Amino acid sequence: MEWINAVVQGLLLGGLFALFATGLSLAFGVMRFVNLAHGDLAILGAFLAVSTTASMDINPFISLLVVVPIMTALGYALQRFVFNRTIGEDPLPSILVTFGLGVVLQNLLLERYSADSRGLDAGALETSSLTINDDIAVGWFPVVILVTALVVLIGLHLFLRRTRLGRAFRATSDAPATARLMGIDDRNIYAVVMAIAFATVAVAGVFLGIRQTFGPTDGPAQLVFGFEAVVIGGLGSLWGTLLGGLILGVAQTVGNQIDADFGFLSGPLYGHLIFLGVLAFRPTGLLGSRSRS
Amino acid sequence: MSEYRISRSTPESTVGLIGAAVAVLVLATLPWWDSDGSLQTPLIVVLYYLALAQMWNLLAGFAGLVSVGQQMFVGIGIYTMLQVAEVIGLDPFLAVPVAGMVAAVLSLPVAAFAFRLKGGYFAIGTWVVAEVLRLLVTESGTHLRGGDVRSLTRDSLGGYSLEMRTNLTYWLALALAAGATAIVVFALRSRLGLALRAIRDNESGARGLGVDVTRTKLIVWVVAAFWTGCTGAVILLNTNSATAASAFSVLRWTALVIFIAVIGGVGSTTGAIIGVLVYWFLDEQLEDAENWRFIILGAIAAVMALVAPRGFYGLLQRWRPLQFFPVRRRLVKRDSVGEPT
Repeated sequence: MEWINAVVQGLLLGGLFALFATGLSLAFGVMRFVNLAHGDLAILGAFLAVSTTASMDINPFISLLVVVPIMTALGYALQRFVFNRTIGEDPLPSILVTFGLGVVLQNLLLERYSADSRGLDAGALETSSLTINDDIAVGWFPVVILVTALVVLIGLHLFLRRTRLGRAFRATSDAPATARLMGIDDRNIYAVVMAIAFATVAVAGVFLGIRQTFGPTDGPAQLVFGFEAVVIGGLGSLWGTLLGGLILGVAQTVGNQIDADFGFLSGPLYGHLIFLGVLAFRPTGLLGSRSRS
Repeated sequence: MSEYRISRSTPESTVGLIGAAVAVLVLATLPWWDSDGSLQTPLIVVLYYLALAQMWNLLAGFAGLVSVGQQMFVGIGIYTMLQVAEVIGLDPFLAVPVAGMVAAVLSLPVAAFAFRLKGGYFAIGTWVVAEVLRLLVTESGTHLRGGDVRSLTRDSLGGYSLEMRTNLTYWLALALAAGATAIVVFALRSRLGLALRAIRDNESGARGLGVDVTRTKLIVWVVAAFWTGCTGAVILLNTNSATAASAFSVLRWTALVIFIAVIGGVGSTTGAIIGVLVYWFLDEQLEDAENWRFIILGAIAAVMALVAPRGFYGLLQRWRPLQFFPVRRRLVKRDSVGEPT
């Protein structure tokens, strides 16, 4: 029964990974852009929530109303004025700029907030849980995370499939030059994509902060999990990203259970091993079919 | 006789090579004239950063392999050194090439995974592998004791006085820096260098011309792993102790190295030297403010990547096309008189 519990908890944890990975997946899908600062931006979101909750004396969930708009605007501006200049055949400039940004962010956060671990207190929701039976209790908050991830992904799916702007996204993804000929401003599309990516990663960062303690240097670990979810699911597929996140979550919690029972390697390592296994045997990912560029 | 010939040397490259040789010789005698060690102590660090930067430059600037996981080879070098010197009992200075070899051997399975990814995903992929290795070393329990601080003990260093040990470490760092520069220069002058440039300019085009792209990249990858592993061993000789976290630190062994290479100029041998001098200058100014060192270097590197993708060396070249290392082939018109065939 504890194994079933591990799987259930893993699926819930997977929701958080999927939420982290959504922005990465979207940015890669539409503009082949890999943001190495993605994890640090999640942590930035969490710290912004720390400051807003403290100064305005509000619940972290309410602070999303402040944090998400700030991050969305930041994402739009960064893409419009900085990242767009790095898009091209050569991936080096975008890697260098986003990696530099990540390291700078990490160290600015260290200067501003010190290296201490922080947490966000969400009150009763954080601790209350739904008891299913003696062995399985599902925390309400992890359920909220998973539902949020599902809502975000379904929303994005409908947006891409059903709206005019979504069609412009897909057109730009398939053939930027042709899309430009049809009157689509691809630079603006890219900026909107990054704005959405920043919004989702900000939500993920704040949720991470409520779920566990975090510090300024935790970004790269989050980037790695998000990236693994994207690759496991398959590049350019949003449903693949969800599936990848869930698999990664289950691998970690079941791994922790193996560690607890047999004392062999900690949870995150099992997630990494699954990732390496997918890379070795199915490099296009589970749901990916498009060739990787 | 054709009217043109192919030349690689330029007037300034002759000066450059002689200058480099003199610099290495002068630096090699440093322990005799820098008696208080005020130059030697920072130079050891500067030299091993130069070695790391040249190797990253070779990977990213010439082979298109933008690795963010070079810390894995530093870490492998450090832990090989600890095992070989402490457990097996080999002389630590002789263990340096062993560290390189272990890194080179382990780089092959890493390539089997990472080479499946391209561009930015290759970068994160190497990072993940480095992270996995760090976790494995941390959790290896009594085998590698990655969770504890491990040091080179008096036993394994017993034969050397402190002064002798510092001098040997310094000479090794100098040899690694000069050797790394020489490797890049000679690699670029060889057939491999031509293949690398062809790949860099147009990968499918190079493949069409018969260049074995994967093999070429793999050679560069393994050479860089070997040299980075040796550098890791020398880093341990200098710092003396390490944990898995410090040995596999992405900030110290990859981020700083990338910043140095980018500020100086990706894709040029001189660039890494310029970059490491900038690093040295800033390091002296900032002393112990480690956060600010990363903030300033990271910001300069990011801005450089946007406005001057070829770094300070590229800016210099815009002013005068100077070529300090004879690696580029040029067509030169033969002199009308007295040019030998």
